[in-house]
Amino acid sequence: MRLEPVANPTLARTLGFPVIALALTVLIGSSLSMLAGANPFATLGLILKGAAGSRFALLETLNRATPLIFTGLAVAVAFRAKLWNIGAEAQLYAGAVMTVLLGTGALGWPSGLLLPAMAGAAMLAGALVLLGPAVLKVRFGVDEVVTTLLFNFVVLLFVSMLLEGPLKDPMGMGWPQSSRLIPEARLPRIVEGLRLHWGFALALISALVVWVIQSRTTLGYEMRAVGQNRQAAEFAGIPVGRVILKTALLSGGLAALAGFSEVAGLKGNLTLDISPGFGYTGIIVAMLALLNPLGVVVSAIFVAGVFVGADSMSRAAGVPTYIANIMLATALLTMVLAIALTRFRVRRG
Amino acid sequence: MADELRAQEVVLRLDGITKRFGALTANDAVSFSLHRGEVVALLGENGAGKTTLMNILFGHYTADEGTVELFGQPLPPGTPRAALAAGVGMVHQHFTLADNLSVMDNILLGTRPLWSFGFDRAAARARIVQLARDFGLAVVPEHRVGNLSVGERQRVEILKALYRDARILILDEPTAVLTPQETDALFVTLRKMVAKGLSVVFISHKLHEVMAISSRVVVLRHGKLAGEVATASTDRHKLAELMVGAEVKPPELRESIPGPALLTLQNVSTPDHGNAPGLKTANLSLHAGQITGLAGVSGNGQTALADLIAGLERPVSGQMALHGEAPRNWSPRAAMDAGIARIPEDRHKTGTIADFTLTENAILENYSKAPFSRRGWMNWRAARDFAQQVITRYDVRCPGPETRIRLLSGGNMQKLILGRAMEPGPKVILANQPVRGLDIGAISFVHGQLLAARDRGAAVLLISEDLDEVMALSDVIHVIYEGRLSPPFARGALNAAQLGQWMAGGGFDGETHAA
Repeated sequence: MRLEPVANPTLARTLGFPVIALALTVLIGSSLSMLAGANPFATLGLILKGAAGSRFALLETLNRATPLIFTGLAVAVAFRAKLWNIGAEAQLYAGAVMTVLLGTGALGWPSGLLLPAMAGAAMLAGALVLLGPAVLKVRFGVDEVVTTLLFNFVVLLFVSMLLEGPLKDPMGMGWPQSSRLIPEARLPRIVEGLRLHWGFALALISALVVWVIQSRTTLGYEMRAVGQNRQAAEFAGIPVGRVILKTALLSGGLAALAGFSEVAGLKGNLTLDISPGFGYTGIIVAMLALLNPLGVVVSAIFVAGVFVGADSMSRAAGVPTYIANIMLATALLTMVLAIALTRFRVRRG
Repeated sequence: MADELRAQEVVLRLDGITKRFGALTANDAVSFSLHRGEVVALLGENGAGKTTLMNILFGHYTADEGTVELFGQPLPPGTPRAALAAGVGMVHQHFTLADNLSVMDNILLGTRPLWSFGFDRAAARARIVQLARDFGLAVVPEHRVGNLSVGERQRVEILKALYRDARILILDEPTAVLTPQETDALFVTLRKMVAKGLSVVFISHKLHEVMAISSRVVVLRHGKLAGEVATASTDRHKLAELMVGAEVKPPELRESIPGPALLTLQNVSTPDHGNAPGLKTANLSLHAGQITGLAGVSGNGQTALADLIAGLERPVSGQMALHGEAPRNWSPRAAMDAGIARIPEDRHKTGTIADFTLTENAILENYSKAPFSRRGWMNWRAARDFAQQVITRYDVRCPGPETRIRLLSGGNMQKLILGRAMEPGPKVILANQPVRGLDIGAISFVHGQLLAARDRGAAVLLISEDLDEVMALSDVIHVIYEGRLSPPFARGALNAAQLGQWMAGGGFDGETHAA
């Protein structure tokens, strides 16, 4: 068996395989829910209903998609330049810490000034977190997969220390959590009475900005060139090291916005569990989107929908929520396969 | 009588092969046959469809129409394994060897089932050595492929095919990477093969080689069969005409009017990189209105010199001067800004970005400058216009500027690189193997451009492993040997044999060797 490239894939090909992949994901998900003793159709229905069956459910899904758009963008930007940033989780927490530092009363500014300042400071913190591994990569050739991955644990322990010490809420009954943000430091809700906040709008704008950067700016051209063929980029005089550092700053900043948006938009304070692995899930989101920044929005909403839907299904049908993880893993694998199949034809022999 | 008998033994027959890539028809109803014990040359320009045709035969591509017959049996399409089993061996233009394995392991790779124990390596080795001896392919089975020269790698590729009992050998541009001596050795091997009843398809666009080795010539032009002639009944001019469709003229050389030195090296040394030697106290000056040729056997420091001038390498000692001044912060950007046009040795790895479009590749060296970039924003319209201009002026054959460059043939890729480098009107031109692997049409085009640049007053450094090319074009020749540069020799001062002695290291001793 071998693969032969397809020069110009047809529309049926480009759409058909992903649809089959999705169907396969659903099939595997339902078979597993059968194993758990539930009616597979009912389970699916419940997941769908939980994810998008009502205004509340839909907004909840978009809420959950918000941090995933940011981390997905962070990963997409970095991977496009072949900077393997596995540390979006650490950058997210760096952004969250910055948000809390500025938003709990340190600055008594009105919202219009305070929120941009917090977002900017969060981005800076996230950018600096990724800058370290990027400098090590550029200067000494240190593998950034290892450094960014391990840095996640370092940062998480550091945040844990902060929450047990300097940032600990004196009114928190001893829980490892920060004080709450002042009202001026909260991102307002888009729809009054519902949980969806302006972080979601910020995420959409970010996706658009990243898309414009990649396709319309000189920096975007440089980032793509470095990612596709570093040797040719170097020969053509593209400052490869500097481009990687700039990519790192952008990627780290985007991931940090996830932390800012979660703290200022949703939670109101910092705890150690504000991210159930958004940084890692961002990799899935970015890969499903083929690293396309606009695709990241769609895939983040899909991934969030599966999580939110599975949560609600689990309460109703008694099937463990782990099924969401399985379905996402299946979706990723089948989707990667589907993409390969749109580009290559399988031949026997 | 013998001829008639031979004519009956058709080992390979291609019938009406058609292959399209989108709008491009790479092969248009091509038919030809190969007989036992003959070398058929497949001749054609870049993009004429030679490689595509052979990839169809070997099963890398499937033809849209037409059939392939091997030894009288139809060959199932799209299966290299079937082609292998039927006795077809292919040596690709870009070798398919594993650098980290030994010669022997490379040859054995894929010949054994995954789970086979008690394999007799000694017997396999003996067989390889025997084959190598029979066909004059000197290799050491234990050597690591990564350390071998290009010529040796090619011998390994051929052995790989022979070890699998190939009875038909397809060689895709086999001499493009060889020195004249290596080419001669290859021809000796091919003659031995033919004498033993093997058949060879020799893909090339070098006419004198085709004349020297083949018994028949099949000419492709724009994907169509342009003619099929017995080598004995034709000559170079007729073949060239068949190939490009019009009479080709050798480059006219006007007397050069040398101007001031634009780039000089004084006792410059650069670091070694593994097996690749750096420059050793090299002296060189490139004069305006002159082509300076660099002759030498591959791997003697040509890369070091090219990297230095291209801005990728800095001298560790000695002085480099551009227009009389020592450049500061030497880099690729600085080199381009100083008016140096660079044609890199490897157009796939360093010259282009495979998945970028022609437009994106055309502006690769000047993407950050107006009109392509203003205040950090790309102007794609200007980029596309520039790409279109290069495509038109340099005759780049392609479906359009938005095509990904990986779909172009080597010659068309090279024309784009040439156009991109020459459009700004450079003062110094670094042409590193500018015509390696190109056909006559493209070669004379590239040479014409270099000569025109010379006549405009540019200083050209022509690095080539093809001594004929260096001698034909250069006003001044240096020979490079183990990183050392010979003194300059004026055109015609030394003949090929004398230059050959310098290339082998004679004449260098006692000069700079003491250092």
